[in-house]
Amino acid sequence: MPVSFTFNSADLIRFLPETILTVAATLMMVLDPLVHKRSSSLFGNMSLVALVTAAAAAVYAFTAQAGAAFGGMLSIDGFATFFRVLVMVVGILTVLPSFRFLDRQDAETSEYHALLLFSIVGQSIMVSANDLIVIFIGLEISSIASYILAGYFRDDKRANEAALKYFLLGSFATAFFLYGIALIYGATGSTNLSTVHGALGGPNAPKEVFVGLSAALMFVGLGFKVSASPFQIWAPDVYQGAPTPISAFLSAGPKAAAFAVFLRIFMTAFEPIGPGWEPLIWGSALLSMTIGNFAALLQSNVKRLLAYSSIAHAGYVLVALTARRDSGVAAAMFYLAAYALMNIGAFAVVSHLSGKGEQYQSVEDFSGLAQKQPLTAAMLTIFLLSLIGVPLTGGFFGKFYIFKAALESHLVWLTVLGLLNSAVAAYYYLRILVMMYMRDPSEATARAEPLSPGLRAALILPAAGTLFLGIFPNWVLDFAGRSSTLLK
Amino acid sequence: MNLLLVVLLLPLAGFLVALALPRSSENASRTWALTLSLVTFVASLGLLFYFDRGAAGDQFTVDLLWIASPEIHFHIAADGVSLWLVLLTTFLTPICVLISWNFIRNRAKEFYAFLLLLEFGLAGVFIAQDLFLFYVFWEISLVPMYFLIGIWGHERRIYAAVKFFLYTMAGSVLMLAAIIYLYNRTQTFGYAEILDQLASGRLTFTSSEQMLLFLAFFIAFAIKVPLFPLHTWLPDAHVEAPSAGSVMLASVMLKMGTFGILHYCLPLFPSAARQCAPWIAVLAIIGIIYGALVAMVQPNMKKLVAYSSVSHLGFVVLGIFSFTQLGMDGAVYQMLNHGVSTGALFLLVGLLYERRHSLEIVDYGGVATTAPWLATAFLITTLASIGLPVLNNFVGEFLVLQGAALANFTWAIYAAIGVILSACYMLWMYQRVFYGEASGEVRSHVFDLKLREWAAIVPLIVMMFWMGVYSKSFLDPVGKTNARLLDQTHVNVPFRVQLDRPEAGHAR
Repeated sequence: MPVSFTFNSADLIRFLPETILTVAATLMMVLDPLVHKRSSSLFGNMSLVALVTAAAAAVYAFTAQAGAAFGGMLSIDGFATFFRVLVMVVGILTVLPSFRFLDRQDAETSEYHALLLFSIVGQSIMVSANDLIVIFIGLEISSIASYILAGYFRDDKRANEAALKYFLLGSFATAFFLYGIALIYGATGSTNLSTVHGALGGPNAPKEVFVGLSAALMFVGLGFKVSASPFQIWAPDVYQGAPTPISAFLSAGPKAAAFAVFLRIFMTAFEPIGPGWEPLIWGSALLSMTIGNFAALLQSNVKRLLAYSSIAHAGYVLVALTARRDSGVAAAMFYLAAYALMNIGAFAVVSHLSGKGEQYQSVEDFSGLAQKQPLTAAMLTIFLLSLIGVPLTGGFFGKFYIFKAALESHLVWLTVLGLLNSAVAAYYYLRILVMMYMRDPSEATARAEPLSPGLRAALILPAAGTLFLGIFPNWVLDFAGRSSTLLK
Repeated sequence: MNLLLVVLLLPLAGFLVALALPRSSENASRTWALTLSLVTFVASLGLLFYFDRGAAGDQFTVDLLWIASPEIHFHIAADGVSLWLVLLTTFLTPICVLISWNFIRNRAKEFYAFLLLLEFGLAGVFIAQDLFLFYVFWEISLVPMYFLIGIWGHERRIYAAVKFFLYTMAGSVLMLAAIIYLYNRTQTFGYAEILDQLASGRLTFTSSEQMLLFLAFFIAFAIKVPLFPLHTWLPDAHVEAPSAGSVMLASVMLKMGTFGILHYCLPLFPSAARQCAPWIAVLAIIGIIYGALVAMVQPNMKKLVAYSSVSHLGFVVLGIFSFTQLGMDGAVYQMLNHGVSTGALFLLVGLLYERRHSLEIVDYGGVATTAPWLATAFLITTLASIGLPVLNNFVGEFLVLQGAALANFTWAIYAAIGVILSACYMLWMYQRVFYGEASGEVRSHVFDLKLREWAAIVPLIVMMFWMGVYSKSFLDPVGKTNARLLDQTHVNVPFRVQLDRPEAGHAR
């Protein structure tokens, strides 16, 4: 399809968030040799400013210049804006605890923050792309930066293992995804999602075997990125080995972006063949929830536990996708927002407690936290209750909307099994609560340093957000509901 | 300002203030909790005063839109049954504060905060008129109880707390699925609206659909009751909880289950409920007899009282599933009676524990000589619990047995065995603890009631007599509400034995 590449100012405004972040990240790399090592908080502050500005720019782009950009390659709609802001909020919440964390590990800061910003640029492109090739570019930008970030502590064996594993498996997954693109291009002659949708739904629909295979290949690629079963194997090792703020980031940002792509591709391009892929997602959803929850029961390392829990939560979002309706998309959007807040908050506590060299990572290390640092414990309690799905937290409403959408689509069994799964999940989250409130202080909690201002913000903001989503879910849900009807 | 809303929100406000109190001063926390819970109680007495006893419908209604889409209302109201359960909650909370006064030394601030949050959640469960709101309160009440057991309980507290949480959670997720399913069918969470749709025939279920929905609700409630064989969490939770936790758990929390069955299961799914009634009645009777037999052989006082709860709650379930006005009135009355008398038992056992630091019956004996007033209070409570006339449980058990006899005479015969057994295990425990030779330990440690303890136990004993002698003051509103409820289930038994009540069929 011929595309005219005449730039206009509207397109530039639509692309403003990515521009801001790229400029900021490049600037950091240039500044790095010029800045004295001790003034390390400079880069953190820079990325905070860049992320806040970019989020504001994303909102502005939507209110002032919503619509397709660059000849239909980007689609700046409500859906894109929701996820753009979400990945930037995730970025902010990753940067906040990183100040103290990097300081404690004596780590370089400029590359860290620059890579983080690049990764977010990639995610931002992914979520607003309306063309498979652009999605692929965004995916690569995001992934390559996150591979490096996972192995940021290059002297640490586990970090090396994490990065290598993530890189190798991730490359495979991306290749699958690319192969899927190639097939669909061969079948329909286009990589534009709207055009593909038209071609598949039209009278001269291409052979189902090609389309089905293409959908399956893309499902493999995206399933890996969102750590859905059976492509979840990498997640626990990577989350455990990566620096804790990066684990938090990986479990929220790239995942949300990949889900945004997942939703967009399967609800637009592949929407006409929905009945075909529904059983596939159905199975993956159930498998993810079950494997995630039951494996998490056995974990003693908190980061691994949260990794398995994040697999389970990917399963819940897939339930929303299985529903194949707009309310399901809205539910998934809401859930991803709630999940990002609660999960990143929980990881922030882990990074706070882990100590030098991240030596304290086991569930036992949380013992007696409530007596030593009641505020930290209270915040983590909110996150854990939200992960369990107790009412008045965002996690509860997220689950509620998802299963409501599923029941609207008559997925009774998936709903019942999913809800029972969430009861199983309560057990391992409760274990952390037990440690914090019902045991005497451990070495880790006794030695824990007082909360730094950045960390305090990184706990209170998501906790407030989690409660807000739990008490006034409508604000976010209304927007999600309005944005859930994707351009087809 | 709506009084019911005040009664509901006061504990929540109290909880938030309690969180802000200084950690170091336990006195500030407990004084605050006592003051606030007393104020709440006084406010709830106002409910009693303004309650229109002639009406069967909902009163003190507050209906605010909470979430626009899907439409969820903050809709609360009280009827003749929930009124009493709210009063039971507000009545027992200050008593719980009093008995924890010296016992809870460690992290007192959090303790009283959780106690107030618990009061909020429990009161909310009974007055929510929106299914979603009901579920929210149902789950909220779980969290503070989990912490009360887990932090301030005895040795195996963590095991008990987690078991309690998971059991309830497993049941309630199914209920959530059923609630969402109902919403998708009716497009509303409003309970009255759903019942309207049912009554007018706009909402109909196939019989298998109705059965599954009924079970989804019923299992959640049955776990909470607890109905045999879902009762195994209860002895653990009761034994390990601190006294105040045991009192709230036994007296109020278990009633969430029976209230739920009565208030939701029956009107929503009448024919499934009727179909299951024989099976459930049998389970209830097994619970009555099994609970009593197991209670008899317990060496631990708290465990004994816990199993006696299984037995007593069996009566309540039996009364509900007799589908007779008498049985249901008896069931509701028994819910209140059990709240008062078993609450008092846990309280008194707690007082013994505070003195002797043991719950084992063998560690006691001859307490009546060292603590005669404590022994007297215990005796009255024991007699109330085994259903002696003039005391409260007699009325409830009598009504339940009469209702059960009307439904199926055999049920009544078997259930009556439970009454006899309850006399055996309670009196036997009383004999072993209070009579005989007092050991040196008992002599030196077990002293008589102190003023604060008097203040906690006397109101309960007064209630036992009042409820036993003048049950009419309680049963009138209950009867009205139950008559309406029976009408909703369309299964009025023709030969209802009425004392002085208008024909229930016309109440609506």
